[in-house]
Amino acid sequence: MTVMTATRRLLGRGASARTSSSEEKRLPLGRQIVIQLILLLITFTVLFPVVWIVSMSLDPRNLSRPDGLNLIPPGATLDSFAKVIAQPTTNPISFIELALNSLKIAVGSSVVAVGIGITAAYAFSRLKFRGREVLMITVLGVLMLPSVATIIPLFIFLNQFQINVGDLSFNLRASLLGVTLAVISAQLPFAIWNLKGYLDTIPRDLEEAAAVDGATQNQIFRKVVLPLAIPAIAVTGFLGFLGGWTEYLTVAMFVSEVDDWTLSLALNSLVGQFARTTNWSQFAAFAILFALPVSVVFFVFQRYLVGGLAVGGVKG
Amino acid sequence: MTTAAAALPARSRGSRARRGAGPYLYLVPAFAVMAIITFYPLIFQVWMSFHDFGQINFRVRNPVPAEFIGLENYIRIAQSKLAIPNFEFIRLVLFNLWWAFSNVVVHVVIGVLVAVVLNTKGVRFRGIYRALFILPVVIPQIIVATVWRNMFDPDSGAINYGLQAAGGLFGLSADNPAFHLNWLRQPNDPISWLPLPLAYFAMITANTWLGWPLNSVVATGALQSIPGELYEAAEMDGASPWQKFRNVTIPFLRPAMLPYAIYGFVITFNLFFLPFFMTQGEPFGRTEILVTQAYRLAYERRLFGVAAAFSVYLFFLLLVVTLITNRMAKATKSYAD
Repeated sequence: MTVMTATRRLLGRGASARTSSSEEKRLPLGRQIVIQLILLLITFTVLFPVVWIVSMSLDPRNLSRPDGLNLIPPGATLDSFAKVIAQPTTNPISFIELALNSLKIAVGSSVVAVGIGITAAYAFSRLKFRGREVLMITVLGVLMLPSVATIIPLFIFLNQFQINVGDLSFNLRASLLGVTLAVISAQLPFAIWNLKGYLDTIPRDLEEAAAVDGATQNQIFRKVVLPLAIPAIAVTGFLGFLGGWTEYLTVAMFVSEVDDWTLSLALNSLVGQFARTTNWSQFAAFAILFALPVSVVFFVFQRYLVGGLAVGGVKG
Repeated sequence: MTTAAAALPARSRGSRARRGAGPYLYLVPAFAVMAIITFYPLIFQVWMSFHDFGQINFRVRNPVPAEFIGLENYIRIAQSKLAIPNFEFIRLVLFNLWWAFSNVVVHVVIGVLVAVVLNTKGVRFRGIYRALFILPVVIPQIIVATVWRNMFDPDSGAINYGLQAAGGLFGLSADNPAFHLNWLRQPNDPISWLPLPLAYFAMITANTWLGWPLNSVVATGALQSIPGELYEAAEMDGASPWQKFRNVTIPFLRPAMLPYAIYGFVITFNLFFLPFFMTQGEPFGRTEILVTQAYRLAYERRLFGVAAAFSVYLFFLLLVVTLITNRMAKATKSYAD
């Protein structure tokens, strides 16, 4: 508990503090050059994997294996992108269908986790009741557990439900619905904790004023607290979305039909035991298409998101 | 958000009654869901760990009741007597602890150093560097792991090509075996007195690429909170740059970095993606960590009862790690607060 609050406090400070340029002294040229060289070297190591993957994906020779360290390929083509969008793996499923499955898990899990997490977060942050401490420690305890620790009993538990609705007949475990439930199980404690942490930082003046005006508890929650918590809801929702979008463990273990495959499963089959037969240019193109939507959002809003991550974002 | 509480006619009830039940109504949705998909499975897992539980015990059509075997699953794990190759429990736990510890040390050191360099007064393009350095964090981990796996490929990987190019500058032939390392599967340890496979070094390289930027963000926040007068005072006393770093910077970094290092330890301890996608535990299960092993026991070996007992071990190990690190955090807390 202390770990997280301390980190949060610190990150808040780091994000808000900016060095004022007016008081900066001039750096001697020699030292400036040395520092710039060091920083360029670090930039090179940071960018290298990204540049390598991008250049491989654009390589016009559509390589099955790279034949050298060509960071700038001779010419460029989007052929590999076209191929992976049509059919990334040997299985008859297109990129769009894979992405839709990933999207269902991501949206379903993050919406539910944040939607029911926010009321619990509000109760933990603002209301006094018996058993508060015990319940909070329970949430924190579950948060610390890796998701692998609950995946095995969840598999067996969800496997019991054979669902028959009209023509539909499926096993809950082997469906995207079952996967989404398992992902919610991993995300809910984090959502509660992260939202509570944010609510704790909001001053109570507005709520007290509303209470004086005769607002009920529910009115205060809906009309005062919810609007103020929108940034935290967005951040928590996005981190949950990210987790669902890239979820691998549960999908690989639960799902049996190719129709239910997600992007992460396809990516693994592109590098997995069949990697000898797959084309590296296509792997690179697939990885970029997979990462780009979430990475761009993350990059643009990093100021708000990195704090959440450092406090307990991804649960492996 | 319409909760059960919102549906209640609030006016008709006394204010005392509302205060009594209100908080719990806000908790009901989350805890009802958690009861079904988190707490029940966790309890079921403990029950499972005492049984010889396999696929026949939970199949949809006429499942067989599981046989109670007491602590046998736990004993077999502790004695490494599982019917799977290359399983040594003690080695696994020690490797997992060392993996988390060594990563955190490297990440914190690099993160702090980069933050200090970037925080030097008068450095140009600081904003651009800060934006670029966050790049590893924004890429999904599954992609980081698979891309690094390809980069460490013995025949066509970027790392070996890079080594060949570097060797070429010194007139060495590209066929030199030192430039065709089988990074992820080489069975012999690269350093004879250190029982760590080459794959460990490949993994720590990839994880360092992934892990130092967030440490740098935390360190930057702490650095910017150090009052400039302290450095000026140190300069007046004739302190060298090293003395300033040692006596001013480090004491201020410590209260910020220590909690984050502990948090990083727990995260790295459970970091599924790298061992699973990069090395798949190779060579001979020596880069396996507890979470990947637990997953493999259930997913590949279908040893559900054993995997449940394994998860219980994992829980207690994490509990011990958390208690020890929390005590450490408390012991050093008063340092600069």
